[in-house]
Amino acid sequence: MAKITLKDLSHSYLKTQSSDADWAVRDVNIDWEDGGAYALLGPSGCGKTTLLNIISGLINPTKGDILFDDKMVSNLNPVERNIAQIFQFPVIYDTMTVYDNLAFPLKNRKIEEDKIKAKVYEIAEMLELSSTLNNRASGLTADGKQKISLGRGLVRSDVNAIMFDEPLTVIDPHLKWILRSKLKELHQKINRTMIYVTHDQTEALTFADQVVVMHEGQIVQTGTPVDLFEKPKHTFVGYFIGSPGMNLLPCEFKGGDVMLNGKKIETHTKVKSNNFSKTEIGVRPEFINFSSDGIPVKVLSVSNTGRHKIVDTQSQSGKIKMIAKASEDIPSGSAFLSFKKEFTYAYGDDWIIE
Amino acid sequence: MNKTINQKAWFFVIPVFVLVAFNAIIPLMTVVNYAFQETFGNNVFMWEGTRWFKQIMLSERFHASLGRQFLFTFIILFIQIPLGIAIALTMPKDGIGVPICLVLMSMPLLIPWNVVGAMWNIFALPDIGFLGHSLNALGFDYNFTQQIGDAWFTTILMDVWHWTSLVVLLSYAGLQSIQPAYYQAAEIDGASRWAVFTKIELPKMKKVLTIAILLRFMDSFMIYTEPFVLTGGGPGNATAFLSIDLVKMALGQFDLGPAAAMSLIYFFIVLLVCWVFYTLMMRNEGNQ
Repeated sequence: MAKITLKDLSHSYLKTQSSDADWAVRDVNIDWEDGGAYALLGPSGCGKTTLLNIISGLINPTKGDILFDDKMVSNLNPVERNIAQIFQFPVIYDTMTVYDNLAFPLKNRKIEEDKIKAKVYEIAEMLELSSTLNNRASGLTADGKQKISLGRGLVRSDVNAIMFDEPLTVIDPHLKWILRSKLKELHQKINRTMIYVTHDQTEALTFADQVVVMHEGQIVQTGTPVDLFEKPKHTFVGYFIGSPGMNLLPCEFKGGDVMLNGKKIETHTKVKSNNFSKTEIGVRPEFINFSSDGIPVKVLSVSNTGRHKIVDTQSQSGKIKMIAKASEDIPSGSAFLSFKKEFTYAYGDDWIIE
Repeated sequence: MNKTINQKAWFFVIPVFVLVAFNAIIPLMTVVNYAFQETFGNNVFMWEGTRWFKQIMLSERFHASLGRQFLFTFIILFIQIPLGIAIALTMPKDGIGVPICLVLMSMPLLIPWNVVGAMWNIFALPDIGFLGHSLNALGFDYNFTQQIGDAWFTTILMDVWHWTSLVVLLSYAGLQSIQPAYYQAAEIDGASRWAVFTKIELPKMKKVLTIAILLRFMDSFMIYTEPFVLTGGGPGNATAFLSIDLVKMALGQFDLGPAAAMSLIYFFIVLLVCWVFYTLMMRNEGNQ
């Protein structure tokens, strides 16, 4: 049980680094509160797994410190850090039975036999492995093997944190759902810090209280699913989260106002500086309405998802997607759009202006 | 699925059949021919039935060389397999060390057998060879041409030098194919180095080790050239393994009948051991 702090953490797999792109993880500063359920979300190759391996101690970071409860652990190995980690692909010990696989982390820590037994049965029950406990682990399906991997991560009750590295990749969708709710349930029961790495936003948003979004080695935003949706701090969060993602339109900042094609747009906050090489306006499709006056657009197409309609429109600054109610009538040809002021943000060099 | 029956398909098997016939079955048939008959040359044969087989099976000479053969094979397997695994474990996993180690390891495998024999013969000569001379200078009474123990020691050392690399290379390939996640998981699980070896590395190397043991068994069981050049089967008959004894019988004494019978028995022993070994390994596989 511990609060985990990462301080000025950077890691590179190269010996020398010349540009930002040479870093797998850079300038990470974050506190993982004790007992929190976190999701680490980002596309493949953004440094999620590297960050996880740094926390667990499998990788020594190039720069920066790792603290557990304000105690330096940067030089400790995974066993000393007492971390459980579950990997993307099932790792099982072929020659052992399912029981021995689950008991292995406990046996290595010289725990008494009857305690091991109780714990293994409990975990096996939870993961529905009870009936196969005496089988050889290598005979199981990919699902079953991954359940063993999960079980080995969950079997120790005194760990500082449990980390999941896209653990449900090999599991079929139906079971995925069940296992994810099991994990969530388990988190409420044992109250350990859990960090769940994924590139799937649904997975992240349903599992976690706090979602940490990574992009090109950096943490771009940490917040609740609602924060990420309503107020993306970085354009990447805007278009990565949400379906469809945020509309980002090139605009101009003029005397504190945001101008889209010469037309002033009301945004959440005023713009103070003009010092950006890239200026954009961002608004989610959910916060756009048809109106009698506003941004002139041409309606290109409408797709009905059943719950709502996604409307593709073309403005002079680029394509704008909006979401309308399923019952709403969509004008054909020309129309005007208005943005909800409190959910419309200005972005300078990809970061939100507040 | 229903299989179509088409007898014309046999045509496609003919090339393989002809090839196998010429390089295996027909030569073997001449041996079979000699094994059941007696000949004094001029293509005159007399039927002898199973006489030569009985003679060989009951001959003490055959028992002795078969015993020596098994002893030799077991000793070299006992040394080469663990040693090969141990060397593979200490080899670097990446970087410039990998090609260097691989080339060094492959060297002994590339040397022709008779050259290996000759090399070791000279190397081990008690008066002028580096090994022989050094051992004697250190106070050991070493002479592989005279003493049975020394002859065995040298033959085994030579085979270990020549063939351990094969086990190393196969084991190394097996080790390299293990995903890093296994080692990471073991680290997280708090597994000891020994547990990593017995629970991850050894099981993952099982297939390549099966091949290594099988190959080393067959090769060592049929070994001829190296000990022939090194010791010539001596001193006395001390290192006369099956092949050496067989050649002595066939070409030295010109006992073609018994030699042919011995060839067939020899062949069946190799076949039987390989079959038993392979079946056991595969059955184990099926249980998993």
